[in-house]
Amino acid sequence: MGLRGHAAIVGFAEFKHERKYSGPRLFTVEQWSELTAMALDDAGLQLADVNGIACTDIRESGMFTPATIVEYLGQPVNFAERIDLGGASSVGMVWRAAAAIELGIADVVVCATPALPIPSNPEPRAIDPRRFFQSSSNEWGSPQAEFEIPYGNLAQNCGYAMIAQRYGAEFGYNEEAMAKLVVDQRQNGALNPLAAFYGKPTTAKEVLASKMIADPLRMLEIVMPVAGGGAVVVASREVAERCRHRPVRITGFGEHLTIKTPTYAKDMCVTPVGPASRQAFTMAGLEPGDIDAAEIYDCYTITVLMTLEDAGFCAKGEGQRFIMDSGMTHDGNFPLNTHGGQLGMGQAGAAGGMTQVVEAARQIMGRAEVRQVSACDNVYVSGTGGIMSEQAALILQGG
Amino acid sequence: MDLVKPIPRPSPTTRPFWDGLNERKVQIQRCDGCDSWVFYPRTRCPSCLSDLLIWREVSGQGVLYTYTLARQPTAPHFADETPQQLAVVELDEGVRMTSTLVNVEPSDIVIGMRLQPYFDQVTDAVTLLRYQPG
Repeated sequence: MGLRGHAAIVGFAEFKHERKYSGPRLFTVEQWSELTAMALDDAGLQLADVNGIACTDIRESGMFTPATIVEYLGQPVNFAERIDLGGASSVGMVWRAAAAIELGIADVVVCATPALPIPSNPEPRAIDPRRFFQSSSNEWGSPQAEFEIPYGNLAQNCGYAMIAQRYGAEFGYNEEAMAKLVVDQRQNGALNPLAAFYGKPTTAKEVLASKMIADPLRMLEIVMPVAGGGAVVVASREVAERCRHRPVRITGFGEHLTIKTPTYAKDMCVTPVGPASRQAFTMAGLEPGDIDAAEIYDCYTITVLMTLEDAGFCAKGEGQRFIMDSGMTHDGNFPLNTHGGQLGMGQAGAAGGMTQVVEAARQIMGRAEVRQVSACDNVYVSGTGGIMSEQAALILQGG
Repeated sequence: MDLVKPIPRPSPTTRPFWDGLNERKVQIQRCDGCDSWVFYPRTRCPSCLSDLLIWREVSGQGVLYTYTLARQPTAPHFADETPQQLAVVELDEGVRMTSTLVNVEPSDIVIGMRLQPYFDQVTDAVTLLRYQPG
């Protein structure tokens, strides 16, 4: 079952992540053009080589998204997917692209997640009340409208906080371990010129002194919203041979969806990334111990902690000790989120997960410069959407 | 900004739950196909897909499965409740529901504590099921 590892990431692009965006505002389709041009140029390919795209939603259109993008790019495709997996969308794009390539229906697939601000509308419209409910739906008939929103259970912070609180009741909660996770990642981020926290490491003291947002989660354990965006080009083995960089083969993937609202999870402390990761490792024929670097989706510290456990890097309940005992900077014994993660980069909406994919490719290609992990051949990547609702994993290997 | 708090709009499927709360009763569905309790209300059982779902009155009592104190409003509508005492309650029947805790100090909240219903009539037509120690 699964991939043969014939498809590979051959190029990538990434906007600088900034809290206060300093560049020109562009519509989403325009950002698609920019990212496509940058990523194809990085790979050494032309627009005419492209015959597939994977996208998320765009600001300019609620439907017919892929057709709108390919028309704007000016390039017909055989394969087009709009992925609706929140923060897991980037991982979801990459495996779908690899699957399409191995099926022989596409050779070059651009996967992009633009998330820069769009130009201000000269005719501002009234505030859409749905905006308040963010990723929960207040539409008539929606379970969230009836059983969550009236109690105020909406937005992401509280869902993750309630998972963390339950984790603490079952396994104990060590604030120091969570702070160390942030410190190690911010150390990596401080070395990444594309990160919002470039040149800005932090300390455990600062993390533990940061404002409590939703117990037990503090401000510095939560991603900061930023402008950004990224893209990768996935190509067939034949195309990869004529590209510029070491091919980053996609050898394993998994994806698992369980719930929208964690209240209804069978066990709040067991996350979907477990089944997703087991499938990915089995497909690639690797074990967690074979991994040279892990790029783990980190909307919150609790997400990383539970992914370390459920993906099999350590036993259930041992994650906090594992964090305390491991060096998680780029030069440590367990290099984790070597770009800073989203805690170090900032989170550019659904593009956040693309930073993990891009960094994995960067490391395997040997282009991470001062953050380069030595002999980096096997990288684990995870993506998380919703509130541990939908998670996906990739195994990437140097070709 | 003057914002009206969002309230549930019962559907044909869920109305018995909300009607029950208006009468200070907790009613949830039980599946005759596989003998499991179901929440939130559905047309078919999420364990076996049977449509033999029967409304039953239960005590409404349970334990605190988890909680958080939202120190920033989760939406502007809830600014007056800060910190919001959001909770997940596990009923004695095993199903879980989202709620908020009332009549308890934040420092007294402990996961696993016994809870009982607090019927909060928020409009003429709608009662929310909040929870208090008990």
